[in-house]
Amino acid sequence: MSFNIVVLAKQVPDTRNVGKDAMKADGTVNRAALPAIYNPEDLNALEQALRLKSKIKGATVHILTMGPARAAEIIRESMYRGADGGYLLSGREFAGSDTLATSYALACAIRKMGKVDLIICGRQAIDGDTAQVGPQVAEKLGLPQITYAEEILELKDNKITVKRRLERGVEVVKGSLPMVVTVNGSAPECRPRHAKLTMKFKRAATATEKQETGNDYTDFYDARPYLNITEWGVSDIEHDINWLGLSGSPTKVKQIENVVFTAKESKRLTASNTDIEDLMIELIANHTIG
Amino acid sequence: MNNIFVYLEIEDGIVGDVSLELLTKGRSLAKQLNCKLEALAAGYKLDGIAAQVFPYGVEVLHLADDKRLAPYTSLPHTSLLVNLFKEEKPQIALMGATSIGRDLGPRVSSALFSGLTADCTSLEIGTYEDKKAGKVYENLLYQIRPAFGGNIVATIVNPDCRPQMATVREGVMKKEIKDAKFVGKTHKLDISKYVADTDFVVEVIERHMEKSKLNIKGSPIIVSGGYGVGSADNFKLLHELAATLGGEVGASRAAVDAGFAEHERQIGQTGTTVRPKLYIACGISGQIQHIAGMQESAMIIAINSDPKAPINQIADYVITGTVEDILPKMIKYYKKNSK
Repeated sequence: MSFNIVVLAKQVPDTRNVGKDAMKADGTVNRAALPAIYNPEDLNALEQALRLKSKIKGATVHILTMGPARAAEIIRESMYRGADGGYLLSGREFAGSDTLATSYALACAIRKMGKVDLIICGRQAIDGDTAQVGPQVAEKLGLPQITYAEEILELKDNKITVKRRLERGVEVVKGSLPMVVTVNGSAPECRPRHAKLTMKFKRAATATEKQETGNDYTDFYDARPYLNITEWGVSDIEHDINWLGLSGSPTKVKQIENVVFTAKESKRLTASNTDIEDLMIELIANHTIG
Repeated sequence: MNNIFVYLEIEDGIVGDVSLELLTKGRSLAKQLNCKLEALAAGYKLDGIAAQVFPYGVEVLHLADDKRLAPYTSLPHTSLLVNLFKEEKPQIALMGATSIGRDLGPRVSSALFSGLTADCTSLEIGTYEDKKAGKVYENLLYQIRPAFGGNIVATIVNPDCRPQMATVREGVMKKEIKDAKFVGKTHKLDISKYVADTDFVVEVIERHMEKSKLNIKGSPIIVSGGYGVGSADNFKLLHELAATLGGEVGASRAAVDAGFAEHERQIGQTGTTVRPKLYIACGISGQIQHIAGMQESAMIIAINSDPKAPINQIADYVITGTVEDILPKMIKYYKKNSK
């Protein structure tokens, strides 16, 4: 019996390590200055998927990501860690998508995959922190959802039992498959790359990547079909163009402001004993403390 | 029709602070737009809800009282909102940026094809000009939030789709009673018209909710640490200073991500918003995400080894130096001079 798991993952700029050159002079974001990484919570999601794969006979794990050509990197990264393969959804028609247009495109791609038993993704991506795409995909596919998952406890008789980590507590819930599960950062970390798999999948590539090398590797890839990363454009999925990209995005950005603080007149102090003692005396005197 | 809706979060029959804060904000938006403030309570044994929310100026309270609606699960509450919104056609819908609001909001927006902005730090009413289409929209909801790791602040609008939806974290808006004696209308919903039996597909088997032990939001003094504190060990100095001054310890997201402090201590856009009497920022550089959660503190002391750290610009006192050096001195001289 097949059991097909799809992990939704995103390549994101590493907003946690924003350097001084991250913003251009005109106030726009200098994406080139930010390293592109595997969205952290999507790695937690991948780990949950890989655990199920090792428990369920015949289970497969495929990655689905939407992004530019280079986003294939995270599909390869997933394969190094144990995923079977992946799909890259790419094209300029998807540009400018907000969360709703993104989830519509992802839902169209998932429908094309045929039988999918479980969809797992990170709770949110660090470039937007919205946590919206998972539930929006679920709604578009008419599937139930379990968000804030910390651990998939059991999968039996087409039912999934999940421990959820909420702000103020823990919940254990059970529901029927197919299902969308979004995974928290508090879930176990993803396993590292496996040396043998890294060797095996090193040359896994999308059609675009193969073209870019300029060489004809047709025979090489025909002999090794597991190295083909599926690349889908807008024409490969059944869609309504009005629901994609900018036109499929109900939210519009009215204004982007670079962050400028209105400077207060601050008092500058050194770490000397006198300065610190004077400050504490002042704070006690004006009843801020004590 | 065309009113403002707030989804109420209810735990053990008590309406959450985040919902009361949104009612307060919703009321002022409703006044500006000259429309009504309405609220939806979904759960079980909701008799006490009306008395809790009417003082906030709720003109219509929709009650969905059914044993199966508590505790919260995604699909039944989604169906309820989606079908109620189809009837009532609100122009704005607000919910808490909590584990419930962030589970529910996206589903509702996806079903209704309406725009949703998560974690707003400010909500305003204004105009929007779509230059390409040559169209001007009046009285839109500006959904304002930091984006891109806090390097920019974005104003988002939903020109064409309704309702305009936004989630807001607890503590971001202020809660304020309008009139303790105000009584609005109650509208009891016939659940079977809104929710299908097939919506009850996820079952809650176990549930342990804790009242938060920490009260960062209510603490008059907060000693907060960032990545610059350097280690979980150095964070002990912050705890020591907080205990000495009678305050709580907070942390920036970077410090929480690095494992220096627990998640519930996180202050900022994606954590708690605080307005203490004194905020001592230790080793915090001052990303807007963090600033958004503490800028209304009455007094800010910034301790940083980098004299050019952005947080210094909003600080009343800037002390240049290391946490290891300065915090023990603060403890020492406080003890020496107090009493």
